[in-house]
Amino acid sequence: MELRFTDEERAFRQEVRDFLAAECPEATRQHMIAGKSPTKQMVVEWQRKLNARGWAAPEWPKQYGGTGWTPAQKYIFREELQMWPAPVPLGFNINMCGPVIIEFGTEAQKQRFLPRMLNLDDWWCQGFSEPGAGSDLAGLKCRAVRDGDHWVINGQKTWTTLAQHADWIFVLARTDPAAKKQEGISFFLVDMKTPGITVRPIVTIEGGHEVNEVWFDDVKVPLDHLVGQENKGWDCAKFLLGNERFGQARVGASRERIRRLKIIARETMDGGRPLIEDPEFRRQMTEMEVELKALEMTVMRVIANETKRAGTGKPDPATSVLKIKGTEIQQGVSELLMKAAGPYAWVDGDPDADGSNEWEVAPDWAFGLAGVYFNWRKQSIYGGSNEIQRNIMAKAFLGL
Amino acid sequence: MDFDLNESQGMLQDSLRRLLGDKYGFENRKAYMASETGWSRDLWAQYAELGLLGLPFDEEDGGFGGGGEEVMIVAEQMGRHITLEPWFSTVVLGGGFLRHGAEPGLRAAMVEDIAAGGLLLAFAQQERQSRYDLHDVATTAKKDGTGWVITGRKGMVLHGDTADRFIVTARVAGGQRDAGGIGVFVVPARSDGVNIRGFRMVDGSRAAEVEFSAAHAEAVLGDPEGGLPLVNAVVDEAIAALAAEAIGAMDVIHAMTLDYMKTRQQFGRAIGSFQALQHKAADMLVAIEQSRSMAYFATMAARETDAPERRRNMHAVKAQIGRSQRFVGQNAIQLHGGIAMTMEYAAGHYFKRLTVNEAMFGDTDFHLRALSDIGGLVQAA
Repeated sequence: MELRFTDEERAFRQEVRDFLAAECPEATRQHMIAGKSPTKQMVVEWQRKLNARGWAAPEWPKQYGGTGWTPAQKYIFREELQMWPAPVPLGFNINMCGPVIIEFGTEAQKQRFLPRMLNLDDWWCQGFSEPGAGSDLAGLKCRAVRDGDHWVINGQKTWTTLAQHADWIFVLARTDPAAKKQEGISFFLVDMKTPGITVRPIVTIEGGHEVNEVWFDDVKVPLDHLVGQENKGWDCAKFLLGNERFGQARVGASRERIRRLKIIARETMDGGRPLIEDPEFRRQMTEMEVELKALEMTVMRVIANETKRAGTGKPDPATSVLKIKGTEIQQGVSELLMKAAGPYAWVDGDPDADGSNEWEVAPDWAFGLAGVYFNWRKQSIYGGSNEIQRNIMAKAFLGL
Repeated sequence: MDFDLNESQGMLQDSLRRLLGDKYGFENRKAYMASETGWSRDLWAQYAELGLLGLPFDEEDGGFGGGGEEVMIVAEQMGRHITLEPWFSTVVLGGGFLRHGAEPGLRAAMVEDIAAGGLLLAFAQQERQSRYDLHDVATTAKKDGTGWVITGRKGMVLHGDTADRFIVTARVAGGQRDAGGIGVFVVPARSDGVNIRGFRMVDGSRAAEVEFSAAHAEAVLGDPEGGLPLVNAVVDEAIAALAAEAIGAMDVIHAMTLDYMKTRQQFGRAIGSFQALQHKAADMLVAIEQSRSMAYFATMAARETDAPERRRNMHAVKAQIGRSQRFVGQNAIQLHGGIAMTMEYAAGHYFKRLTVNEAMFGDTDFHLRALSDIGGLVQAA
């Protein structure tokens, strides 16, 4: 039993920090400290710096541009990026579609798509959810029909995150309507510039445009853009969804937000004294920190387990904790940030429309906190809602 | 990072698991509880044979050189059977004082007896007004020739009714709540000026109210006016052991609940098929896994030599596990329904042990407040 990071791992952490200090644009960092999502340009610029350093896709096998890091190193890397904060490698490219192509794709698909994913020459988005297929993803209706030398896709996808930035979309579509739910689905790679694709923004409650509807109207897709076998797309989907073992815990991101919360709680006054001196508020912060510490150790256990079983073992019950606890903590901290801002959290959006806060209708630090609070309610809904997670746990681990 | 047991740790776990599996069924436990001592002398002798009683002591003192991990393994198994023997009092608490505070001669002499099963220790610390503050000590120690004389009343002394010697905190100087001026003394149990009234606690363990009236101490551990750091170090290690005990008890009460959910039929089907109940059981698992992580963290953190840092982390351990064990215990009863309300059913007994464990050396509220008062775990910048 050895429960500490090794000297090599600590040295690696420092290496990542040094890289961040040298390479991460300060404007990106400040933008993210303020609680705003990085812009497309910020993400692309940063992803290319990571790629130049060989760090674009830590989870990939080395031959395709991965780093060959241990699970502990991958975790440290991600945690340091989140704490800086800096954008993490684009999930759609690096954690979702890339691994599916590596696992199920042809050599030609690998050659064509993987290098462009690493360098963010192509921005990918995910075409899974539909209006009638959310938690019950296998109930999807989007159809792909073979017509000579191509597939023709018709249907509607929704909640498509950042489709407005995307060059490509990976799509689950039904190729055999007669088969049982999961058995008639295939996995396609579709160029967003193909005629027949329409992207319509969905504005979420905080006022942001993050998600979209994507409509497919007789969209022609070349035959070689099918990944894996026809009607075996559900295997790709399961692989993709199961691939994210510790990404959802976001321990570093929560720690960064708690740091921010403490700074704000020192600056904001409550009852004639700094809010941080209020025992009740402090206690609520501490409860979050304590759960976060436990979550961090849970992630370590999952990592140690992965190292031991090299990813082939049966799922570890600790894994299922990560999504539920990770999102509960993030939502809890975002709620405390909103509370800390008090009435100054009420400013809607960006009144002077350029993020400069020149009008000074509220202190700089209060800017955007409500937006994050409202937006982050999504966390317990996406990626398999937390209730679906509990269903999975009941079946897989509790034998109920 | 490696959370696996090594070979000898695995053997320790196996042999204890076998012993308790054989000798510590729920019916056995009832019989031990009803016996005169309230626990099993026979089992105690077998713990000695297994090496559990000399476990954490250095080999040169006659121990087995075990560390925090070994204590964690044993405590978890003890928790799985909610054992009644004074292992925690004698080996973890008493042993902690000997390891961290005793002169080599005294330590070697006592360790030999402890390891053989012939010496029981109890930590007499609690006072009526002190609640969870280890520095709140009204009991006095006064110099008497070359020795010390102890006067005062200690409560909730775990296994105080069968102990051979008490480890007693007493004030040598300063005010009742001063951090300085506290000494740690060894007082023989059966001597003049020591009055013991034993009783049973709600979790089935034995304890005692102990009154010292000018009782003569046989030794002082460490600096007689600077004993609080010693007390803190020992209690921090004890918290790690309590964490592991809680994991053992939570695992069992959760498994018991799942078994019941699979067999109990209502409305023509197993109650485990109802989603509302499934989600509660899943939340219990989340709480237990988070606590298991925290128990590992506790074992690691207890080794920390920077005392304030160690204390900070132990506050977090108690707060997290405390909340979890309350949640798991209460919901285990709820998901069972009426059956778990009965004395004949084991779940309630686990719940009661978890309830006592939660508050031992500070409940969740106490540790949350203490941690938040020193700025929490995350440094602002």
